[in-house]
Amino acid sequence: MIWFFLTSGLFLGWSLGAKDAANVFGTAVGSGMVRFKVAASIASLFVILGAMVEGSGTTETLGHLGAVNAMAGSFTVALAAGLTLSWMTRAKLPVATSQAIVGAILGWNWFTKSPTDVAVLSKIVATWFLSPLLASLFAVLIYLLFKRILGRARIHILRLDAYTRAGLIIVGALGSYTLGANNIANVMGVFVPASPFHDIPLFVGASLHGTQQLFLLGALAIATGIYTYSQRMMQAVGNEIFKLTPILALIVVLAHTIVLFIFASTGLKRALLALGLPTIPLVPVSSSQAIVGAIFGIGMVKGMKGLNFRLLGRIAAGWIITPVFAALISFSALFFVQNVFEQEVIHRTAVPQAVAPPVAVPTRPDTLSIPDTLTTIPVIH
Amino acid sequence: MALLFKKSKQIEVQIDEFLDLVIKGGLIFKQAVRYYLQGRLEEFENHLKELNDTEEKGDDLRREIESKLYLRTLIPESRGDVLGLMESSDKVLNQTTETLLQFSVESPVIPEDLHPIVLDIADYAVHACEGMVKAIRAYFRDLASVRDHVNQVLFYRKETNKSAEKFKRAVFSRELRLSHKIHLRYFAYHIELIAEEAEDVCDRLSIATIKRSI
Repeated sequence: MIWFFLTSGLFLGWSLGAKDAANVFGTAVGSGMVRFKVAASIASLFVILGAMVEGSGTTETLGHLGAVNAMAGSFTVALAAGLTLSWMTRAKLPVATSQAIVGAILGWNWFTKSPTDVAVLSKIVATWFLSPLLASLFAVLIYLLFKRILGRARIHILRLDAYTRAGLIIVGALGSYTLGANNIANVMGVFVPASPFHDIPLFVGASLHGTQQLFLLGALAIATGIYTYSQRMMQAVGNEIFKLTPILALIVVLAHTIVLFIFASTGLKRALLALGLPTIPLVPVSSSQAIVGAIFGIGMVKGMKGLNFRLLGRIAAGWIITPVFAALISFSALFFVQNVFEQEVIHRTAVPQAVAPPVAVPTRPDTLSIPDTLTTIPVIH
Repeated sequence: MALLFKKSKQIEVQIDEFLDLVIKGGLIFKQAVRYYLQGRLEEFENHLKELNDTEEKGDDLRREIESKLYLRTLIPESRGDVLGLMESSDKVLNQTTETLLQFSVESPVIPEDLHPIVLDIADYAVHACEGMVKAIRAYFRDLASVRDHVNQVLFYRKETNKSAEKFKRAVFSRELRLSHKIHLRYFAYHIELIAEEAEDVCDRLSIATIKRSI
């Protein structure tokens, strides 16, 4: 049953791999600079690495928003996010996994009457706006730097082509690493509080924690999405908002990578703390929206010509539509799972927590009530 | 990755060699016209042969570069522009060869007092051709200076046209058979075409440069 419950998270991982790997390697593959097999191998390897090494930071933040502590609840929340993604993609609406999962968790909080930490929610929502803005700023700075260097360096077009290919592969690898580190929380974060896995001892002094096993599964699902479906996305990406050349793609992916890194890196957070500086919240941000922000920044600095403002408007609308839609689906699905399939979507014996550690299974009190209307539905066996 | 850099370097060298051949073609052409006007026909024919060889080498090199760029999927964004530039600069080389061949086959009788003007036309046309090669080299390495070289080409193309007009007016104002006049005009026109072709390359180049600027 555990494996069945995990399928919704794996489906979410698969769709993230299919969709978001195209953000990192799309233009490189679409323009023929990097072969798909090379891009897919690098992206898969580095997504797994990122998830395993630095995936815990953003997962903790999602845990603070809502610690879904029963496997059936986690399954339903991830399924709701996955369905939101597929339906909105089918309706050709721009959609972000981060917003879908946040909406689905809020749906769970709403259904189970668990408190929502407004401070955490505000922090998450603020990053939705901040991440494209920061990506835009980084893209402008990197663009101006590249322009200055390339104007002076007088590099032959063929050598520049070789450097650009190397750069796209390196930055693509870094981008995939940060995608894994930042977005694994979207895929497996809701399963962490209810994780059924126990630590597996590997060798002297080292073991594979239950959370890491979940992250590995999620990352493998992302890698499967990259291999099986991202090729067509990569062929299509890049020209929707603003036409990108390989060098511009390199700048955009670099800006996106920096943004995902600063919102995912536990190492950076520790370093800032050690220096006594304010820390940056570790929040899963939308890879697609960071890319859009970076492309928008370059479009602006190049004189706003050729920017697709209608698409940008639709993306902004997605910030509201996605979480609301996901929350509604999550609420409805939880109702069915609990009342029709008689599955426990929340541990009633646990202590209510708006803030829960990412690995430990949180507990809730017996007193937590489910709305009467939701429990009186007769179950047909 | 090291292999990619090595292959790129190899094609860089080949492109430079091709452009060297275009320059060499222009210089051979200018010298051959001088020999023709001086009546040193044996040296003229040797130069014609040398120009033919240069043109053939240029064709082979261009085809090799084109196939390498396609097979190795290099510079995907600019490949079309680069191949277009190579093909159209090869046309300039072909035009110089064809014009010299016409001198050899048709042996135009050019009045001696008009020789300096013919030399001027050839000189300006070859200058335009050299400016075109400089502009192409700049396109590959230094986009900022493409414009300067393109302006140089435009200047020499105009000078070629002016000298050609002067020549035609001089020819048609003197007592010659009409067939002779038309024959001479035809030669001025063909040398002018070298500069015109160079200008066409530069027009392509200006667009390609805008596309390449980040």
